[in-house]
Amino acid sequence: MGTPKLLVPAVVLIVFAAIWELAVLVLAVPKWILPAPSAIWQAFWDTRALMGAHVGQTMLEVAIGIGVALMTGVTVAAVLDISPWLRRAVYPLLVISQTVPILALAPLLIIWFGFGIAPKVIVVTLFCFFPIAINTSDGLTSTEPELIDLFRSMGATWPQIWMKVRLPAAAPYFYSGLKIAATYSVAGAVVGEWVGAKQGLGIFMLRSSAAFQTAQVFSAIVITSLLSILLFLTVFAIERGTMPWYFEERNGSS
Amino acid sequence: MTLLTVDSLSKTFGSGSRRGTHSEVEAVIDLTFKVEEGEFLTIIGPSGCGKSTLLRLLAGLVQPDSGQIHLKGQTLPDPSDRQGRFGFMPQRDTLLPWRTVLENVILGVELAGGSRDAAREEARQLLPLFGLDGFENNWPSTLSGGMRQRAALLRTFLAGYDILLLDEPFGALDALTRRMLQQWLLGVRTRFSKTILFITHDVDEALLLGDRMLVFSPRPGRITADLKIDLPHPRDENTILEPEFLALKRNALAHLKL
Repeated sequence: MGTPKLLVPAVVLIVFAAIWELAVLVLAVPKWILPAPSAIWQAFWDTRALMGAHVGQTMLEVAIGIGVALMTGVTVAAVLDISPWLRRAVYPLLVISQTVPILALAPLLIIWFGFGIAPKVIVVTLFCFFPIAINTSDGLTSTEPELIDLFRSMGATWPQIWMKVRLPAAAPYFYSGLKIAATYSVAGAVVGEWVGAKQGLGIFMLRSSAAFQTAQVFSAIVITSLLSILLFLTVFAIERGTMPWYFEERNGSS
Repeated sequence: MTLLTVDSLSKTFGSGSRRGTHSEVEAVIDLTFKVEEGEFLTIIGPSGCGKSTLLRLLAGLVQPDSGQIHLKGQTLPDPSDRQGRFGFMPQRDTLLPWRTVLENVILGVELAGGSRDAAREEARQLLPLFGLDGFENNWPSTLSGGMRQRAALLRTFLAGYDILLLDEPFGALDALTRRMLQQWLLGVRTRFSKTILFITHDVDEALLLGDRMLVFSPRPGRITADLKIDLPHPRDENTILEPEFLALKRNALAHLKL
């Protein structure tokens, strides 16, 4: 069932790469302007020994950044839910804060936090915090009041209502937020590294670009995409594992 | 023995001003009645007449403006006194979608801190009676509407309360399924002599199932009639065609002014 679904985009991708390869060949585009897919593959193969450390550094920043965003995002969502007053005060600010270009903040973070891992982690956290916080917050407000009434009528305590109703009800929303965050996170780490780093995919791209090694830049871009897809699929797998009822419901409902 | 006494219960919603407009809705006025142990009391009235408000007052979800509620001779003034004492089944399907049927039906015992294993065992034995045999590990979304309501009823039954408060449990089902569930509930009733308050807007249902029927006026809800339904048991689908039934129905409709 899943194979034909993926087959069509795969064919489109292969055709696209073939046209690209052919166009570069026929038009004799210089390699430093636009390398052919075969040249990108070659660049990837040549640099494979270096990439482990770069990918490792970037993924470390991603892991810490998502971890911090998870804790702060869920905590903020819970606090906003407990206090309607805080919600009215803070929720609009949260949305407005998203209009601040994080790209522009990155150089400032270097000034404030130096060249270590901290500014990169902060950039990842800034990218990931918002979708997690807002989605979880929306999920918590979406709990059906009838369910809470039922629990109260059964004499449920406040922690029981949270653990057995509100958090499970918010879980699908939380996972949508986490999937968006996971997709953004690797790009966030790369942006953080652009401004200054010793290791990581971002600084690898920057150095390759400065040396007109365009094929290496493309290779790093592809790796960044693949890592994002991998993270997305990981979250998706966790989601399926922890919420089997949710997928059953979507398949079962007509 | 009198199990429940409701004494001059009144409730008005929306008292106080919001943005300058006083919008008060009198939900129920001066409700007074008693329920005997083991009695099946049906409550009927036009929609919006405060039937559901009565159940929410009893279940401890709403606080009355005046009046008192006594259960087993004990006065229950605060909502927290009443919470966990009545088996309240809300109108809408309230099975938890993230729990299997079995884990759903033991919820009451679990919240009260009872043994979950013992509750599961008891639930397994009752599943066939509730038409859920073989569905204990299903997600609620895979069940039909009638099965979901039976599962919700089993949850309310298992929680072991003295009185069940059922708010139009069959209201959202199609006519055929509703008929089947009415017959089924009559059968279950002969095995468990639970005390039940059963809200409905269907006169046939109220008369077929109940031992006694309260008729509510349109909003604000008052009790306009307290009718004894002395139809013999066992009742079945033909009961609603008997002359005695039709006489009771005529009387009930006259009180409902329909």
